[in-house]
This record gives sequence, C-alpha cells and structure tokens, in this order.
Amino acid sequence: MRPALAVFESYLTVYRRTWRGSVLGSFVLPVLVMVGFGLGVGHFVDAGGRLGPVRYLDYIVPGQVAVTAFNQGSFESMWPVLSGFEWSRTYHSLAAAPLRIVDILGGDLLFIVFRLLTTSVVFLGIAAAFGAIHSPWAVAVPFVCALLGLAVATPVHALSARMTSDSYFSLLLRFGLIPLGLFSGVYFPVTALPSALRLLAYLSPLWHATEVCRAATLPGVPMSALTLAGHLGYLAVWLVVGFWLAVLAFRRKLVS
Amino acid sequence: MIYARGLVKRFGNFTAVDGIDVDVARGEAFGFLGPNGAGKSSTMRMIGCVSPPTAGTLRILGMDPHRQGTAIRARLGVCPQLDSLDPELTVAENLVTYARYFGIPRRTAKARAAELLDFVQLRERADSRVEPLSGGMKRRLTIARALVNNPDIALLDEPTTGLDPQARHLVWDRLFRLKQQGMTLVLTTHYMDEAEQLCDRLVVMDTGRIVAEGSPRSLIDRYSTREVVELRFPDTAPEDVAGKLAELAERVEVLPDRILLYADDGDAAAEAVHRLALGPASVLVRRSGLEDVFLHLTGRTLVD
Repeated sequence: MRPALAVFESYLTVYRRTWRGSVLGSFVLPVLVMVGFGLGVGHFVDAGGRLGPVRYLDYIVPGQVAVTAFNQGSFESMWPVLSGFEWSRTYHSLAAAPLRIVDILGGDLLFIVFRLLTTSVVFLGIAAAFGAIHSPWAVAVPFVCALLGLAVATPVHALSARMTSDSYFSLLLRFGLIPLGLFSGVYFPVTALPSALRLLAYLSPLWHATEVCRAATLPGVPMSALTLAGHLGYLAVWLVVGFWLAVLAFRRKLVS
Repeated sequence: MIYARGLVKRFGNFTAVDGIDVDVARGEAFGFLGPNGAGKSSTMRMIGCVSPPTAGTLRILGMDPHRQGTAIRARLGVCPQLDSLDPELTVAENLVTYARYFGIPRRTAKARAAELLDFVQLRERADSRVEPLSGGMKRRLTIARALVNNPDIALLDEPTTGLDPQARHLVWDRLFRLKQQGMTLVLTTHYMDEAEQLCDRLVVMDTGRIVAEGSPRSLIDRYSTREVVELRFPDTAPEDVAGKLAELAERVEVLPDRILLYADDGDAAAEAVHRLALGPASVLVRRSGLEDVFLHLTGRTLVD
C-alpha cells in the first residue's frame, strides 16, 4: 500500500497547483445542470406530467451526479494514461523504481477516487442548495459514484495503455461514452427506450449506478437490499475485471 | 554486482540479445558499446529488471531479477535513453516524488534533492518547470533522479545522446565524479570518446553478440594499430587510390571522403605516401582511438 500511496502523493503534488481551477469547474457544471436541465427543460417536462409527482430537477440530479463520475472516471483514464506511456513516459520511470504494476495502478486509482469523491460531494451540495435532495441516504451517493468511476476507469486504463495515439479516443467517445451517457436512464427512464437499446442500458454500469443514486436521493423510490446488492455487485465485477485487464495492459507496456 | 551467462532476449522471431556473458565488479565503470540495434538497450532493460530474459542466467547484486525485481530496483539508479521526467512537476518536485517511490521520507527526500541539484548544477532551476529546460539540463536532472536513492549501480542508457558538445562535457564531468566516488556505473554509448573517457572496461556489441571485451587501451592495442594516417583526395575517387596504398600499412580503410591507413609508425607511412606522389589534399597522422576499433569490429555500414 505504501508504494501506491507514494504514486498518489505525486498526483497530489500536481493537484495542489491546479485544484482551484478543477474545483471551480466542479462547481460550474452542476450549477449549469440545475439551471439548464432542472429549471429550463424541467419546466416543460413537469408541465407534461409524464414523471408523475416527481420534479424533473429532482429526477435528473442523481443521474447527473452519476454521469459526471462516469465521465470523470473515463477522462482521467484516457489522455493522462496515454501520455504516461507515450508522451511524458512517466509510467516508464515508475516501472524503473521499486514499484510493482499494481502499485502504479493503485496510485492512479487512489487519485481518481479522490477526485470522484470531491466532485460528487460538491455536486450534491449544490443540488441540496437547489432543494433537489430528499433523503439522508444521499450521503451514500459519493461512494456509489466512486465505485462507478472506478468501474469505468479500470477498463479505460486498459484500453488507453494499449493505444499509441489519441485518435481512438474520439471513437471511444462517440461509440462508447456518449451513447452510454444518453441511454443509461440519466435523462429519462430506460423504459422509454426500444428494447434493443434498453438491453444496452442494462449492460451499462452507468445505469446501475444511476438507479442506486436515484433511490438514494428521491423520495418514494424504494430499493430492495437484493436489488441494491445486484447493482453494486455488477459495478464491482466491472471494477475487478477492469483492474485485471489494466494490469495485463500495463505489464505488456512496461515489462517486455 | 552484475553476473550474466548466456543471456538471451528475443522479441518474437527477433533476437535482440544473443547469448552474452557479462561480469561487472563493484566500483567499476562498465560500458556497452555498439551501433544502434546492437542490443545494448535490451541488455540494460534486463539489468534494470523491467524486461525478463528469454534465456540464460542473470544475477544483479546477487539477486534474481525474476523473483526479486523490486528489491533489486530499489538499489539501482536508472537514467533511461528517453527522458521520462514528469512535465507537470517542478525540477525539485521531480526528485522528491521519485525519492518517495523508494520509501524515502519526505524530509530526507527534500534534503537529498537539494544536494543532487547542486551536484548537477541545477540549483537555480529548482522551482522551474521541466518543460523550458534545455536537453542537457533535462538529462542532468534525469541523472540526478537516478541518484536519488543512492544506488549501488547507476544504469545510464546513452547518457549524452542528442546533447550538444558543451552539454555532453558537463554530463561527462558529473559521471566522472560519480566514478571517482566509487559508484558502479554501467553505461551504453555509441560515442567512442565517451567510452574512452569513462569506462574502465567495455564490451563491443554487434547484432546481439559481444564481439570484443577489454579496457579501451587493450582493445585499441588488439584491434587497431598505434597510429592512423588520414588521407584526403579531393579529385580522385578514394577506391582508385586505395590499391596503391595497400602495402604501406597494416590495413587500409576506404571511407567516402577519406582513406585511413593503419600503421604503427604513422609518420613513416605518411612519408611513404609522399614518395608515391599521389598528391593528397591533406595528410593527418593521429593516435588510434576506440572509434577505429569500433569501425573495425562492427563494420562501416550504417545501422538504423
């Protein structure tokens, strides 16, 4: 654990200089979401009455927290990882030090968890200020977001480690992250989707996290312990398989 | 410190290192000399415990890289061929964070970083970002980073490649000091003057094999003559003249722009050339160097 903490520490050293900008960013995004989606789009949705008694703002907040974690977990695993192998080559210098592959990956993931937790706490705080949080279970949301973020960060780490140029990232965005972001029940219930797309949603880790987050912040969305365990377990499977793939990809790049 | 027998590294069908034996003793400055693609870097990566050997025996500091890689790396200092400094950190932070990977406490790491920045003459740049540093400064910083754990062996893969002459001399000067301090240095290079200046002993590698081994002086004695005469013929193709020169020297090398005569008495050979009245534009007698050995052993074909 100590070697991984040293890697985490090096990220913090950089972050100490850039945190103001990133915290500002993590304030701006939720405010835009509250005003744009919640009040703007929400005005029309609520007038249509399709969501029943639930305000659109309240509906969308848990999904937005989740999709923010989803994107953050992915982005932190794309260019930074590619750069560490191909541009700045910092991973190669880590491999020359007495660190194991799991230490290097562990340090990366610790930093990502740190970022996921801070971002989602800020997001929830702002959502609460807009009156969009209705349950004390909301305190569990940052942890769900951390799990979701890791569940995507690990396989994306594996992908990025196998790349030699960033041209594939636009494919990953267009055919992976953006469709999943749109069709995972963040903006509307997946029951509104045609069945083929609905299947995609059920496979998406984002949908599972969104379901849990929604149950945690909305009133009157009960979730059985079994369902909850299913959702979290599914995310954990992504995390474990993703970590394993990332270890293989890193080893291939660093130990050859 | 390093013991290798029959060391082989294959990548698929390609054999990068083809069964080499290496012994490096404590306090020695040992060089791997060879053209590009000779297998120097592959060997260095195996010694650095980031590349498992395909076959053969390798022991570093008495340990097995396969099972004790982390423990070995804790006692090595690696200066890779390509810079891998963290561009988002300052000069000093690069050293401190790297020291932390070795489990060195933060306070000690800071003191060590300051010491090393003095050593590589980068103290004024301690708080600068890495990006604006010159190539020579980056390389010196990389060397400082390799020393952060006070290693038993420093591995330097082409430490001065790509640097201008002034920057090279600065790096050499620092490496020479390390050598004087008794640190074991293992370096690769294709600069002959670098090998001559820094190495107590070296091996010449070509296509994955060791083709010669010894001290710079003994290699020159064995594979070259004491002196070399360089002749330039501006108007004649060197090949045409070469035949007439064959008897004047032990060996004649024809280069595109000049002819080299290998002779123990250079002045006598030059005198003989004058007597032939071939009218060379210039005649230069010089001492034979490692470059002559290198070219003799690895051939003159450019490898890329």
